[in-house]
Formats: sequence, C-alpha cells, structure tokens
Amino acid sequence: MSIWEYANPVKFMRTSAAILPWVAVAAALTLATGLVWGFLAPEDYKQGATVKIMFLHVPAAMMAINIWVMMLVTSLIWLIRRHHVSALAARAAAPVGAVMTLIALVTGAIWGQPMWGTWWEWDPRLTSFLILFLFYLGYMALWSAIDNPDSAADLTGVLCLVGSVFALLSRYAVNFWNQGLHQGATISVAPGDRISSVYSYPLYLCMLGFFLLFVALLLVRTRTEIRRRRTAALLAREVRG
Amino acid sequence: MIALLMRDLRLATRAGGGFGLGLSFFLIVCTLVPFGVGPQGDTLARIAPGILWVGALLACLLSLDRIFALDWEDGSLDLLATAPLPMEGAVAVKAAAHWITTGLPLVLAAPVFGVLLHLPAAAQPWLVGSLLLGTPALSMLGAFGAALTVGLRRGGLLMSLLVLPLYIPTLIFGAEAVRRGAAGLDGTTPMVLMAGITLAVLAAMPFAAAAALRVNLR
Amino acid sequence: MALISVRGLAVSRGGRRAVEGVDFDLAAGEALILRGPNGIGKTTLLRTVAGLQPATEGSIQADPDAIAYAAHADGLKGALSVAENLRFWREVFGGPAIDRAVAAMNLSDLVSRPAAMLSAGQKRRLGLARLLVTGRPVWVLDEPTVSLDAGSVALFADAVRAHLAQGGAALMATHIELGLPEARVLDLGPFCADARRPAARAPASFDEAFG
Repeated sequence: MSIWEYANPVKFMRTSAAILPWVAVAAALTLATGLVWGFLAPEDYKQGATVKIMFLHVPAAMMAINIWVMMLVTSLIWLIRRHHVSALAARAAAPVGAVMTLIALVTGAIWGQPMWGTWWEWDPRLTSFLILFLFYLGYMALWSAIDNPDSAADLTGVLCLVGSVFALLSRYAVNFWNQGLHQGATISVAPGDRISSVYSYPLYLCMLGFFLLFVALLLVRTRTEIRRRRTAALLAREVRG
Repeated sequence: MIALLMRDLRLATRAGGGFGLGLSFFLIVCTLVPFGVGPQGDTLARIAPGILWVGALLACLLSLDRIFALDWEDGSLDLLATAPLPMEGAVAVKAAAHWITTGLPLVLAAPVFGVLLHLPAAAQPWLVGSLLLGTPALSMLGAFGAALTVGLRRGGLLMSLLVLPLYIPTLIFGAEAVRRGAAGLDGTTPMVLMAGITLAVLAAMPFAAAAALRVNLR
Repeated sequence: MALISVRGLAVSRGGRRAVEGVDFDLAAGEALILRGPNGIGKTTLLRTVAGLQPATEGSIQADPDAIAYAAHADGLKGALSVAENLRFWREVFGGPAIDRAVAAMNLSDLVSRPAAMLSAGQKRRLGLARLLVTGRPVWVLDEPTVSLDAGSVALFADAVRAHLAQGGAALMATHIELGLPEARVLDLGPFCADARRPAARAPASFDEAFG
C-alpha cells in the first residue's frame, strides 16, 4: 500500500467519491461555526468592527500561498513520476488559489480603507499578493491555451517551477523596493501578533474551515478534470471509428 | 553555435528582420510620456528612471515571439533539435542574438532617451550600467516564455502574461539603481542584486527553455 | 548491418496510440517507403525515429547522429541566399563543404539568389541539398514530393538513388507515388492501433487507461 496507488485514476475516483461528502460537510460546519463565532466576537478597542473581516482575510491569504505550494509539489510529482492525477490536481487547484488570492486582496482593501484611509497601498505584503495573482493568471492561461493535455501538463509544470522561484524573488525584491521609496512609512498589520484568544480560536477554526473547503473543492474539480479527459478520449475514439 | 548566432543576427538585420523596431518603440514611449504627464522638467526627471526601465522592458517584449516562432514555422527548430548542437546551447545562442539586436541598442541609446526625459546627469551611468546588466536577463526570460508558447496560435498575448511577472525583480532593482543615482546616492546594492538575478537566469533558464521547447516539438 | 532497426514500435499522438507493433530494418543502400492513409501516424512515426519524440513502446536502434530529418518545411530562410542557407546548416551539422551539394542539385546558378525568390521545385532542390550538407547517412523524409511536378519528382528520385548508391539509406513517408520502384514499401494499415485488440495491451496513456 503506497500513496502512489492514488495516481491510478480509477482508484482515485473511487476513494475521492467516498471521502468527498464527509470533507464537504466538515468544511461547511467548520466554516459556519468559525464565521458565526468570529462575527459574535467583541469589537476590537482600536479597529472596531472591522477587525472581523480578519476571519475571511487571514485564512484566504494563507490558503493563497499554500495552494501555490501544493501546485508546486504536484507539478514536481507529475514532472518526475508522470502521474496524471497529480497534474490534473495542480490544474484543478489553480482557480481556487486565484480566487483565494482575490479574496485576500479584496478583503484587505475593504479592511484597509477604514484602517489606513486608503483602498490600496503599495505595501510589500499587498504587492506580493498582487504579483502572486498575476502568476496564477498566467498559469491558468497557459493551461487553457494548449490542446495536448500532456504537453500542457509539462509546460505548466515547468512554468510553476520557474514561477515559484520568481514569486519568492519578487517577494523580497518588493520589500527592498518599498523600503527604498519611503522608509518606515509602510503600515502593516501583523495579525499573528498579540492576538487575544477571543479572536484566535474562531480564527483557527476559520483556517481549518478554509482548508477543508479547499480540499473539497480540489476533489470536486480534480474529479471533473478526470471526467473531462475521459470524455475527450471517448469522443476521439468515436471520431476515429 | 557561432553559425547560429551569425545567422540570427544576419536575419535580424536583413529586410523584414525587425531590427531597430524595439528602438523605435522605445523612442515612441519616451515621446508619448511627456504628452501624458506634462512637459515640466522636474516631474519628468522624477519618473524618468521608471519610464526608461518600463520602456526597455516593453521594447524587449515586442520582439520576443520572433525568437522561436519563425524557426518553428519553417521547420528550422525540428532540424536544430536533431543537430549535434544541444538544445540548451541553441536556446542560449538565440537569446544572445535577441539581446544583441534589441537589448544592446537600447543600452547604447539609453542616454539619449534619458536626456529627453530630463534624467539627471548623475544617473546616466547608472542607467547605462543597470540596462547593460539587466537586459540580458530580459532576453533570456523572454526566450523561456517564447519556448513555452511557441506552438500556439496567438501565443503573443499569452507570452506577455507569462513573461512580464518574471521581469518584476529585474525591473525593481534596475529602476531602483537609476533612481538612487538620480538622487545622488549610491546605487551599487540594487545593481549587484540585479546582476545576481541576471547571472542566475543566464545559468538556469536555458535548461528550462530547452525543456519547454522539447515538449513543444513532440 | 542495419542503420536503423525498429522492433515492436508503438507511437502515440495526442495521448492516443497511432500505430503499434511496427518492425523494420533499414540497411545501407536501402530505401523504405511508409504508406498509409492520412492520419494513420506516418509523421509521428518518422519524428519518433528521428528522436524528436519518445516512443510509447518498443525499441529503435539507430545512431541519432546519423539521421537527417526533413519535413515539408525545409528550415530555409527566405531572407538568406541559397549559399548562406546551406553554409549555415553545414556548420551546424559539421558536414562536407557545400560545393558538391550545390553542383549535385543543379543550384550553381542560384547560389547568391535569396531563397525567397526560388520556385517550389528549386526550393525542394535546395532542401535536398541541405540533406546532403548534413553529411548524415540516413535520410528520414516526410512527404518529400508533396506539391512537386513530375519533373521535380524525377529529380528527387535521382537524388535519393545517388544517395543510396553512396551507402546512404532513406526512410520516407508518403501517400503518393515517389518514382522509386526499387524501394521497399511498408504499409502501415495493418499496424493501426485501433485495428488490433485494444484490450490485450497495456494502456498507452492516461486517456486509454480510462476510456
């Protein structure tokens, strides 16, 4: 029994069908509990009610990065061991990651408006997320542009590797750039710092909820991708008679 | 390899090769910007480093699809892949040819455009130096993007989407070096960081681009 | 001794098997013509033999540095002259000087002409001259006579014969007559992957494993 058995699409379909409902229900329950708990949490003495957007913002931002890392790992598995499910999982994860990045950016803007008095600040953190979003867009565009599924998996895999290095590089370059512009003027909220348990428990729950939500979405989307490949294969066979 | 370099240079300089297009585009950008932001010298001087670097980036981007697309269409790429020359070498040579025909003219002409945009004289050496060290990375990363999209119809727009984010670190450090030069500061730190990126790109990207090309030739 | 030896070769296009179980040998002085209807996988098979894509199954024993591949496109640059085109490919492949190839293909009057100004037949001759300057013994040609008139086809056949007489070999794919009656013919029809029992073999790809 090894983990590579799940690279077999039939086995993957069977297993994912079995666990998908459980993951989906767990995600719904955790998210609902976490969000309601977060909503009922007391207002922050400094930030007021706006602090509660944290329960969307922080998990989304966390997942945005984690999903890219997951895509990097699955791309590597595809490039090295040629397991198709792995490549399809990377493809399936990308739009979810892009949406997570978008949620993080939008909630950040909504949070930033009352806090910093501006919708958008070229703060290193925000800028890196914008760059990450661009990488997601390019990755998805390349997937959809190539007809041959194996070539598409190869090329996007290479792009994911190179993109990871450059996303990381951009993260540090951006730090450098903004310091160079105006030292110390950046406003940055470090959510992990000095957070009281009133906020941290619902926050952890929301993080878990977002993670389960991602797993559920990933399973659904990967199953869809596999079925799409299967349909294409059947159609091609029919055309050839 | 020399033969390939000479052929690409010859093709670029022959009629229809597109040599000088990037430079003309750069000139147009530098002409249009003052129309957009107004003719005040101090405003122009302040944004000049950014405009010059973004202009160089876009001028470089313009001719990227020529790196492989033409060779793909007429079958040269298949023949090069079966030649004794390793694919990585072919990629590096073609990126070098691209740099000589687009990057190098930009480097040489940049001071003139700097004058047009009121770039302070103190920043001129930084401008030339940063472009000299940064544009090879632009050509090499561009070759990677071109290799990814070589078989695609209408790959040009997609390539811009793929390549431009990869240009961000080079742009940040390059423009920062010029900006520091314009402010009378020492731009060595960003310059060295950018040179490091360029070296790493030149060392690693031929392999990634060759891998992408091989996939596209299958 | 065989220059190319192919055993049990299967090739895939777009993730699906095209042909499979192909066996052939090609010795010096021999020409082999692959035949079959459009879309059966002739081009894919030739590209696989030339080393441009991996075989799905089976083995190809050939020295990749012995093969000169040519498809419909000749890799010629219209902006360069005939001599410049040939000299470039000679330098890349490290083959013999271009003079003999130019003479053999009757291109002497055209050497300084830009390739863009040549007629279709002249371009084909230039493409053959390119094969000569690679100095490689095994020609792998995909539809070499497509869009050529009868005279040019005869010229092509002569060139192949001369190459075979010098100890070369040629593997060609076509669905029309090449004017080479002495060449062996291999019909790919029976090797079509769909014509054979699909259940008995290992799946070639993800799609097949699943379909």
